Amino acid sequence: MNFDLTEEQQMLNDSLRRFVTNEYSFEKREAIISSGAGIDRATWANFASMGLLGFTFPEDYDGLGGNAIDTMVVMENFGRGLVVEPYLATVVLAGGLIRDAGNDAQKADVLPGIASGERLLALAHSEPGARYNLSQVQTTARKDGDHFMISGQKTAVLHGGQADQLIVSARTSGGIADESGLSLFLVDAKAKGVRVDDFATHDGHRTAEISLSNVAVSADNLIGTIDEAFPVIEKAMDLGIAALCAEAVGAMEAMNATTLEYIKTRKQFGVPIGKFQVLQHRMADMFIQTEQAKTMAILAASEADSGDRACRREAISMAKTLVGQAARYVGQEGVQLHGGMGVTDEMFAAHLFKRLTLINLLFGDADHHLAQVSDNLLAASA
Amino acid sequence: MDLNYTPEQEAFRAEVRQFLDENLPDDIRERVQKRLRPDKAMTERWQKILFDKGWGASTWPKEFGGTGWDPIQQIIFEEECALAGAPRQLDFGLRMVAPVIMTFGSDEQKQRFLPGILSGEDWWCQGYSEPGAGSDLASLRTSAKREGDHYIVNGQKTWTTLGQHADWIFCLVRTSTEGKPQQGISFLLIDMNTSGIEVRPIIMLDGEHEINEVYFDNVQVPAENLIGEENQGWTYAKFLLGHERTGLANVGQWKALMKRLKTVAREEQDGQRPLIENTRFRDRLAQLDAELRALELTVLRVLTDKRGPGPQASILKIRGTEIGQQLFEMLMEATGQDAIAHIPEALELDYSGPRVGSVDATPAAGDYFNMRKLSIFGGSNEIQRNIIAQLVLGL
Repeated sequence: MNFDLTEEQQMLNDSLRRFVTNEYSFEKREAIISSGAGIDRATWANFASMGLLGFTFPEDYDGLGGNAIDTMVVMENFGRGLVVEPYLATVVLAGGLIRDAGNDAQKADVLPGIASGERLLALAHSEPGARYNLSQVQTTARKDGDHFMISGQKTAVLHGGQADQLIVSARTSGGIADESGLSLFLVDAKAKGVRVDDFATHDGHRTAEISLSNVAVSADNLIGTIDEAFPVIEKAMDLGIAALCAEAVGAMEAMNATTLEYIKTRKQFGVPIGKFQVLQHRMADMFIQTEQAKTMAILAASEADSGDRACRREAISMAKTLVGQAARYVGQEGVQLHGGMGVTDEMFAAHLFKRLTLINLLFGDADHHLAQVSDNLLAASA
Repeated sequence: MDLNYTPEQEAFRAEVRQFLDENLPDDIRERVQKRLRPDKAMTERWQKILFDKGWGASTWPKEFGGTGWDPIQQIIFEEECALAGAPRQLDFGLRMVAPVIMTFGSDEQKQRFLPGILSGEDWWCQGYSEPGAGSDLASLRTSAKREGDHYIVNGQKTWTTLGQHADWIFCLVRTSTEGKPQQGISFLLIDMNTSGIEVRPIIMLDGEHEINEVYFDNVQVPAENLIGEENQGWTYAKFLLGHERTGLANVGQWKALMKRLKTVAREEQDGQRPLIENTRFRDRLAQLDAELRALELTVLRVLTDKRGPGPQASILKIRGTEIGQQLFEMLMEATGQDAIAHIPEALELDYSGPRVGSVDATPAAGDYFNMRKLSIFGGSNEIQRNIIAQLVLGL
């Protein structure tokens, strides 16, 4: 039992902290967002040269053989600086999925490209109306000779508009919400029949609505075993949730730091407003919530790579529940303590608040994950 | 970073568990698990059993007869004890005054006082709060005037938990009115059998006698019972409160109660179904379960931090007591209207008369009422927030 970062992780943490502070300024971030590109290629190349983009890939595929704790260190810092580049979409979700479920040819094709920064991927899984139910997939893949023909609609595809390749889930058998009968395919984003509508998100990221209309995909682009993709999708989402929890912790720590700075300097009634006990206690509660969330992000990262599904799922859902609640609390309170300034576009706090709010909505909000924990309790008592 | 216990730690856990299986008396286990009225003899018996094993003080270093266990071992021990149904050891001696004596006491004081704490022969209570000094502890007025080789103590202490059983009380007393209030306080150990001391019960809202007022009327205390230096007591007092706070997270006991609560939720009926099938209740249970998991890991994170706990310990006090209070509240709600009956005699082990509902219903509401104290004592949770604001956040 120990909570210490390794020496390498500590060095990674230090260099990312420096990067976020020195090379990812508020103004620079604003410029990246307003470009509409969803990514700053120079920053991305920098990440590649730091080894970040292949961190958790095996060394045979130009990776560093890292684990979810390494991802946690990266994401905490990205949360602190509100980095908008598609790390979650490309490296954590798509890269993690190919690493865990791809065959040798697919790994050799995809992972070095991600690691070098040349290739972007996105996971196209969610569908309209499915909300947070992972098994509800109506997109179909019909076998046609040595091809599959894929048709359907995907929603909330994070950085889907920037991706060169999409990982698309589709139903190859079973009913609308059955866990069995799902399959995954690697699809060229420019393939005939793929339509991508790219949108900005409130927090400076990008999202896409993607429709697939009789998209022909060769059978060697099937990822893993046909009909048995559900556990693969679930595992990839768990890696994503662990990463989001860490990002939220970084954003909460940044919110606490910037709010603390504000209430120490903003004067009203002749004193810094931080002298008022009513604000001190709220700041203390923000701190408590953040520390608790940090603990849960560590738990999520520790279990995210685990093959013990029940343990992993419980840890992930407990973590996303408490982190989601903390993100809401710290976000709202941070804005409130900034007073009128908190609701202006020029304050970092406002941007932290927006990201924290959207993190709760992604991959299952606090209510959704609490229900998972609750249902597990019932199952355990049966 | 590794959240798994090492094989050595798992082996240690197995050793503790086996010891408890073999040595925790059934009547004590039953009393604790049914949440019956605590009993002085029971606490003393259990302390003696642990003492004979060499485990009397899980938090002490070896040189004073403690186990010398590291923080993880201490946590494993506490958790296993709680899950087995062992009573909580008395904090006032073991976790509060003892670290002060070890750190600031003279060699004579260590030799004189620590063995009795370890064996459980000496029952200690705490003389901090006064009617006019609660959260504002430094405003205390109980005075100690030096006369020859004695102090003459006059004043009143209050909220003295289990003071009715105590052989000794550690007191904060005023030895000077010069300077800031904190500067004139001294830390004095007082024999409760000294003439001039009177203990009067305060009955708590659950009808139980747990706390007391202690009056001092010209009480003669030998000067050798002063800890450290005169007028430096505030430093020792703060040191003690830091030790108290980490203990107040109480994770082991809360885990045992959570386990019980889940059982109660399966056993209690809600119409034609077990209560646990009631989604509204179960969701709240799940929320509390997640919060307890977070507390457990946060305690481990804080206690294994090489920089030491420091003011972060206030988080543990706040979250630990909030979660404990919610556990007792949900235990009460789980038993529903069966909890309304007040049957004090049913809190004894040999009770065989009529009761309302299950054995879990009997102590449920009383415990809930009693446990409102958690967020008030040991420095109220508002004071803890002040500490975080001032010492952690620099406000």
